[in-house]
Amino acid sequence: MLTKRIIPCLDVKDGRVVKGVSFNHLRDAGDPVALAAQYDREQADELVFLDISATVEGRKTMLHVVERAAAELTIPFTVGGGISSVEEMTALLRAGADKVSINTSAVLNPDLITEGAARFGNQCIVVAIDAKYDDEWRDWVVYTHGGRQKTDMRAVDWAQEAVARGAGEILLTSMDRDGHKNGFDVPLLDQICQSVNVPVIASGGAGETAHFVEVFVKTDAAAALAASVFHFRELTICEVKQALVEKGVEVRC
Amino acid sequence: MMIAIIDYGMGNLHSVSKALERLGHTCIITSDPDEIECASGVILPGVGAFGDAMRELEARGLVAAIKKAALGGKPLLGICLGMQLLFTSSDEHGLHQGLNLLPGHVVKFTGDYRIPHMGWNWLSFKFPHPLFRGLEEGHVYFVHSFHVKAANPEDVIATTDYHQPVTAIINRNQIYGMQFHPEKSGKLGLGLLDRFARIANQGVHV
Repeated sequence: MLTKRIIPCLDVKDGRVVKGVSFNHLRDAGDPVALAAQYDREQADELVFLDISATVEGRKTMLHVVERAAAELTIPFTVGGGISSVEEMTALLRAGADKVSINTSAVLNPDLITEGAARFGNQCIVVAIDAKYDDEWRDWVVYTHGGRQKTDMRAVDWAQEAVARGAGEILLTSMDRDGHKNGFDVPLLDQICQSVNVPVIASGGAGETAHFVEVFVKTDAAAALAASVFHFRELTICEVKQALVEKGVEVRC
Repeated sequence: MMIAIIDYGMGNLHSVSKALERLGHTCIITSDPDEIECASGVILPGVGAFGDAMRELEARGLVAAIKKAALGGKPLLGICLGMQLLFTSSDEHGLHQGLNLLPGHVVKFTGDYRIPHMGWNWLSFKFPHPLFRGLEEGHVYFVHSFHVKAANPEDVIATTDYHQPVTAIINRNQIYGMQFHPEKSGKLGLGLLDRFARIANQGVHV
């Protein structure tokens, strides 16, 4: 049986991990590859590197991070952040990334999904969606530019279009839950999981092991992603998996 | 003793070569038929569409080189799409002929479940095999929307379950294939890659 995946996400700027981390025993906790390798040893199922570099130089540095990660990791990883062309996808995939994740650039230019999927296969193209509940719309709406800009699309419509265009996976972040550590957004995830037939990664809101149990018991999410709870050692991958096993959720141990 | 990883513009060669190096095996990424001929074993990786892959192999004159290696008894390992290419034909975006080193057909997953089959799934060994020596069943990482229906069930030496039994490892003579990504499948994946490289470098009875 296919297991549920636990995915730590690392924010990287100019080749360094940005959010402070408390891996005291790592020689260089700011090195994304050292941190990623630690998660690999701890049985993380996959990793996401989110490049938040704002400069051309920073983006070039990311390519080196990807090359080193590909050489060291024994699990798959996705790279996202600021990818806006097939050429950039090519460079990252050739450097060793298994998948690329696109967000704002896919909203601005949906053909990027189609072209990327045709070139590399659907399984390489992750469409990341930032969604926030809108009281007027009575539905979740897509935001872009790191959550700063509201679009006129419902999350469910965009998710379906992205999949129709060739997205092999949806990384769904709840802006209402992100950073609050009060649990994943079950209603949002349930809506999107039921409306597309590709794997959906739940993101935003993880604070304790029970939240991971809840999202896998109550929705059909294929994976759950978290950042700070893992980086600050509030939770370990192992603790999360242990809790899931106890509730009968299959994971890779 | 060198493993040739075939470069035909499709897929993640870097990870496979790094994994082999980490395991202490020498390898070369190549699209040169002469280098393939000199190698002790050949790996055919691959990500993307079946028809495109066959076209790229043909354009580089690699179809003949791969067939020659396989029919001459040189250990050959197809990974993911590379395994599918070893078979007769595929339905992916129209009917395409494969390398036809093993009889069988590649079909799309169809049903009321999520496609691609993506993530860690349990690898079941069907019977003892030199490839499995020293290894135990476990989870490996799959990502695919098409799967192999082998004409000879005995060519399938390991399976996984995704709403049906799915061909995970195939072997006949010195032809091997893995549907999952051994280079991305933790210790078990590396163990299987290591076994293949040892078989290629030192013979099957190692």
